Amino acid sequence: MSSPVITRRFRATRWAVVSLASALALAACSGATSSPTADTITSAPAPATPALILATTTSTQDSGLLDELVPAFEKATGYQVKTVAVGTGQALTMGQQGNADVLLVHAPAKETTLMEGGYGVDRRVVAHNYFLVVGPTADPAGIGTAKTATEAFTKIAAAKATFVSRGDGSGTETKELAIWEKAGVTPKGQAWYLQSGQGMGATLQIASQKQAYTLADNATLTANASKLKLTSLVKGDPFLLNIYHVISVNPAKWPKVNSVGAKAFTDFVTSSAGQELIAGFGKAKYGQPLFVADAGKNEADVK
Amino acid sequence: MDELVQITLLSLGVSGIATAISLLIGLPLGTVLALSVFRSRGLVLSVVNTGMALPPVVAVLAIALMLWRSGPLGDLNLIYTPTAIVIAEVVIATPVILGLAAAGIGQLDSRLQLQLRGLGASRLQTVWWLWREARLSLVAALMAGFGSVISEVGAAMMVGGNISGQTRVLTTAIVLDVGRGEFGAAIELGGILLALAFLVNGILTWAQQSGQRR
Repeated sequence: MSSPVITRRFRATRWAVVSLASALALAACSGATSSPTADTITSAPAPATPALILATTTSTQDSGLLDELVPAFEKATGYQVKTVAVGTGQALTMGQQGNADVLLVHAPAKETTLMEGGYGVDRRVVAHNYFLVVGPTADPAGIGTAKTATEAFTKIAAAKATFVSRGDGSGTETKELAIWEKAGVTPKGQAWYLQSGQGMGATLQIASQKQAYTLADNATLTANASKLKLTSLVKGDPFLLNIYHVISVNPAKWPKVNSVGAKAFTDFVTSSAGQELIAGFGKAKYGQPLFVADAGKNEADVK
Repeated sequence: MDELVQITLLSLGVSGIATAISLLIGLPLGTVLALSVFRSRGLVLSVVNTGMALPPVVAVLAIALMLWRSGPLGDLNLIYTPTAIVIAEVVIATPVILGLAAAGIGQLDSRLQLQLRGLGASRLQTVWWLWREARLSLVAALMAGFGSVISEVGAAMMVGGNISGQTRVLTTAIVLDVGRGEFGAAIELGGILLALAFLVNGILTWAQQSGQRR
């Protein structure tokens, strides 16, 4: 059959491969499980259910806010947050289906529907900033002179200039569609209207590459500005107000949600510590704060 | 740097474990499929081969629907954990390993099996020697299985959630960086992923070729 030397070599190689693979796998497992919990110094007793699913917008993720806010919350409370940045539309659906514990979203109309359905509780204002209409510096549709977003969108439609929409049911898209409605335009199906179906960061990239117009929130735009070839053309329109709310998923509808954790998160982002973090976010890196902290205010008072 | 090492080890660990499990499931089943004779064998082979072409995103969607809290397995709290990614990757890699193993063994001369039995080998010993004989194809099947999961983005994203420090792997980190316009970082991660794939396949190829008599 086969000579003993070759059999031995093959066996040795096999064992080497198996042991290497297992060693690496073990290292990975221990690396994966120990890093989130090993070095969290908590100032509060460890929570009963540490895992908390936060469903949120892509703008809070792509602007970098969550990279600061979530670790601060985890450190203060000992919760282990699973942040799923999927866009407001999907986040609200996840809340409705009980697949998330707490939501951080920015589509007030859709949120109201969720609250009316009884799926959300303890909805509180967190912060706000503004949307901007951005586009190529050359501005082929000439919207630079427009005073309102509606005027700008009307000009874009008239010039049939390329516009990239989120197209993903997000808070940004909700605002964008509201502006189109105000302008009396139906952009869907038109050749110049593109729908990326992706998050804010990715959509801005597409708009930059195609030198097209789009609607973006100030935070994501500022955080990504250095990598984009776009300018903000219309700002300051009160209609472009962008308010963020935090909503806990109703445990009465979905008993399995981590309602204690959701309340802890809600309390944190509306506390003075959380609000200070939000208000200061971006100042050092971009020279201007990217959000205005609004906890405790009525929605009507937020400007 | 810490995060980079953690992401790399997680990628390797998750894909490695998934491939190992797929091997444990796929190799015996593939062997059975290759060696047994039954009426619907052709049909089963077709199904398995279709499984190789199965769009990963479809398989993962089915798994996500089951693992979400609102799904039947929601209570296990597996969603957005590395375990969920392993499960998804096992579903993707098993048909690949199964199909290629079945092909590799099925291609052996059928008289070899008879000869082994004739020399007094037990069932298990026969299978063992057939595996040794077909090892070129079997290691190739292993490499194909590993290749199909190390590069998997959709699976890791949908059931893993791309959560920093917990379920972010090389592929999902690349997508995140591209979305943020950090192309330099994305290319770096891509390079690491390629190097990793090359390293693993290099070891496997060496193992495959070194046992050769010719």
